[in-house]
Amino acid sequence: MPEVWLPPRMQRLTGGAQRVTASGRNVRQLVESLERAYPGLKAELYDDEEDILMPGIAVIVDGETSQLGLLERVDENSEVHFLPALGGGV
Amino acid sequence: MLEYEPNIVLSNAEYNEVGKRPIRHDGAEKVTGQARYGADIRLPGMLHGMVLRSPHSHARIKSIDTRHAEELPGVHAVVTAGDLAQPSSRVVDLAEGVLHNMRFLSNNILAADKALYKGHAIAAVAATSPHIAEQALALIQVDYEELPAVLSAEEALKPGAPLLHERLATMSNANLRPGGTLDDDDPTDGSNLANQFEFRLGDVEQGFREADVIIEHETATAAIHQGYIEPHAATAQWNSDGTLTLWSSSQGHFNVRDQTARLMDVPVSKVKAIPMEIGGGFGAKTLVYLEPVAAALARKAGHPVKVMMSRTEVFEGTGPTSGTQIQVKLGATKDGRLVAAEAHLTYEAGAFPGSPVSPACQCMMSPYDIPNAWVEGFDVVVNKPKSAAYRAPGVPAAAFAMETAIDLLCEKLGVDPLAFRLRNSAKEGTRAPTGPVWPRVGFAETVQAAKDHPHYAAPLEGPYRGRGVASGFWRNNTGPASATAIIHNDGTVKLIEGSPDIGGTRTSVSQQFAEVLGIPVTDVSPSVGDTDSVGFTSVTGGSGVTFKTGWAAYEVAQEIKRKMIERAARIWDCEVGEVEYDNGVLQHAKDPEQRLTFKQLAARQNPTGGPITASAGVNPGGAGPSLGTHIVDVEVDPETGKVTILRYTAVQDAGKAIHPSYVEGQIQGGAVQGIGWALNEEYFFDDKGHMLNSSFLDYRMPTSLDLPMIDTVIVEVANPTHPYGVRGVGETPIIPPLAAVANAISHAIGVRINQLPMSPGRILETLWNEQSRNGG
Repeated sequence: MPEVWLPPRMQRLTGGAQRVTASGRNVRQLVESLERAYPGLKAELYDDEEDILMPGIAVIVDGETSQLGLLERVDENSEVHFLPALGGGV
Repeated sequence: MLEYEPNIVLSNAEYNEVGKRPIRHDGAEKVTGQARYGADIRLPGMLHGMVLRSPHSHARIKSIDTRHAEELPGVHAVVTAGDLAQPSSRVVDLAEGVLHNMRFLSNNILAADKALYKGHAIAAVAATSPHIAEQALALIQVDYEELPAVLSAEEALKPGAPLLHERLATMSNANLRPGGTLDDDDPTDGSNLANQFEFRLGDVEQGFREADVIIEHETATAAIHQGYIEPHAATAQWNSDGTLTLWSSSQGHFNVRDQTARLMDVPVSKVKAIPMEIGGGFGAKTLVYLEPVAAALARKAGHPVKVMMSRTEVFEGTGPTSGTQIQVKLGATKDGRLVAAEAHLTYEAGAFPGSPVSPACQCMMSPYDIPNAWVEGFDVVVNKPKSAAYRAPGVPAAAFAMETAIDLLCEKLGVDPLAFRLRNSAKEGTRAPTGPVWPRVGFAETVQAAKDHPHYAAPLEGPYRGRGVASGFWRNNTGPASATAIIHNDGTVKLIEGSPDIGGTRTSVSQQFAEVLGIPVTDVSPSVGDTDSVGFTSVTGGSGVTFKTGWAAYEVAQEIKRKMIERAARIWDCEVGEVEYDNGVLQHAKDPEQRLTFKQLAARQNPTGGPITASAGVNPGGAGPSLGTHIVDVEVDPETGKVTILRYTAVQDAGKAIHPSYVEGQIQGGAVQGIGWALNEEYFFDDKGHMLNSSFLDYRMPTSLDLPMIDTVIVEVANPTHPYGVRGVGETPIIPPLAAVANAISHAIGVRINQLPMSPGRILETLWNEQSRNGG
């Protein structure tokens, strides 16, 4: 199953675990799977008004920052990180 | 003719147009003065707007009486915060990860109930001349209740400190940079601490237990301004059909459109933003300041209105980057392996939440392979102008702390600082302190190139001379981007790009387009389209334009190529699979006599099926990180404290340098800004928070007379995800100079200065203190 890394703030919802596994073929399914295992995580990751990943959160799948957010595909061995998005200045 | 030293090409593809140095398409217009900037708009019936700004750093606005100003002959409108929408405090992402709390944005543009810094806009006037507008400003009566100001993060965090925003919530989430407010029924007290968050990797305590050498280090930096030459200017006109047209120079006219539409409470489809040429932005022109004011004045006056800032208004009313305080602790083994790192970063956000402390936390340790890391960030509001993005937002100050700490560690270990960096460099597969594993990056290659550079081996003799090195990392951004091409009958191409061009991107994007089609880039005429003429494009920021808009142009060119092949097949009555397209020539695969150049086919486009045009919109991932390493030699005058830069070499991984001259220019420009940050630049405030040096005479930035030629070395480690291997280049070069110069000064005078700027006064003070300590 894909491995999901969570930032410290969200680890209170996973009993302190930084890395958890979740099932799914895309990020949306991972978020749903995480919510089932760790209630409250979805509210951290998902903007239900806009049906998008929470503004300002970047999802990094296998080292690449995704531009597709919830729609990004993941595979069985994927490593998924939820991190703050970076704005730029030039 | 300039002689260019060969750069280091590790990418393995050869191109016709990519990697060359054509003359920039916009060069003639700019050098002949024909290019039009934000202030150059003149419209029939246009009025002149001016802004009234707060004389206090912190004050409650009890009332604003505009009657006398409105009665002055020639005055057509006066606006205050009530003329802008007051949206909710909900955080919105207007693309590219640049988040906005629209309530705070609105209240920064025109203060609502409180003035939060000296220079905070309070009201604005539109009149038939700037002089009448200025007279009218003096007639506006504002009743202020002056409040105690907090002028540093340290003060702001003390118990009982005056609160800027009584209902500001302390977030604990690096995602929500712009901050949030407490719910009405939340009994929690407000705070000046807008955000506190952390990143952890491995076991930091265990890492320090494994370390043989530990150093602890603390730095401070002052707020500094981006210092663009062109002050902000905006013109707004409401049209008879209820639509709004805006002219301004910005780093993203789609952003201008979207932000202004929200603050005018009209749909984005009713607003057209026309991009003007831009005289520098460096991040600060990703936000709107004047466009909504001009729009509100124009709506009220029924005339177009132009508003321009003076230099003083730019300094006092727009965002500098944050003042910072940073603690770093590093641990290494005797053989020079980094095993643990810890950092605590406190950034002044200015009057509203949203300092760049999050990118600072995410990037400062990223050049290195550190198994155990803990980084903590604090975003603190203070009574100073709201901070804005500045080239690699937040990271130069963080790298100043990290890279001077590395130097201290190397001194303690007795190892060469570049050898240490090589030993600990992040590579493909290294886990970043924030967690993800890096893709192919070129850090070790830049360090090696710096180590091999003649500069590093050159003797540096004489007293008060020193050499310093430092490195820097920027992750680079991407985002939605668009381009459109029109093929003219003479075989030239009009290429409309969605990104405002700050650093020569019209040409670097055109080169990628031309490369696909095998035509000379001189046959491509690029322009930046307005918001009604090209698809949405995220801001010119994050060093992303050559990557993302270049990619859009690549896709447009592929579509043009496909259409050209179809036309040739129609002419030759063959299958498209039988048409070969190579280097600008279409050829029938089975009949060598059947051959058309791009130009010949362009001339036949209308009778073979009509005009050939194409558009593409992309949102590509994979913007590869960029790393750089700088070497600097300095000489310190012990009598005056003046630092002279003797020699400077900047090495950077640019992926594939599409236009090497522009890459070199970006590296040189970034290095110079970083040197200014290190040596001279700072906002001087008096004890009331009033800026004392709000002119370029007193706010000292380096000029070409102050510095030697900045030598550059481009290391081309191609980004494997981009069609031509592009990595962003604009931001990385401002990151290393602060620490490189500090390290060099430390080696020159034997004392370390941990506070920026290292101005003559501070250096003399340091030398005198050292002499006193030594009994001199």
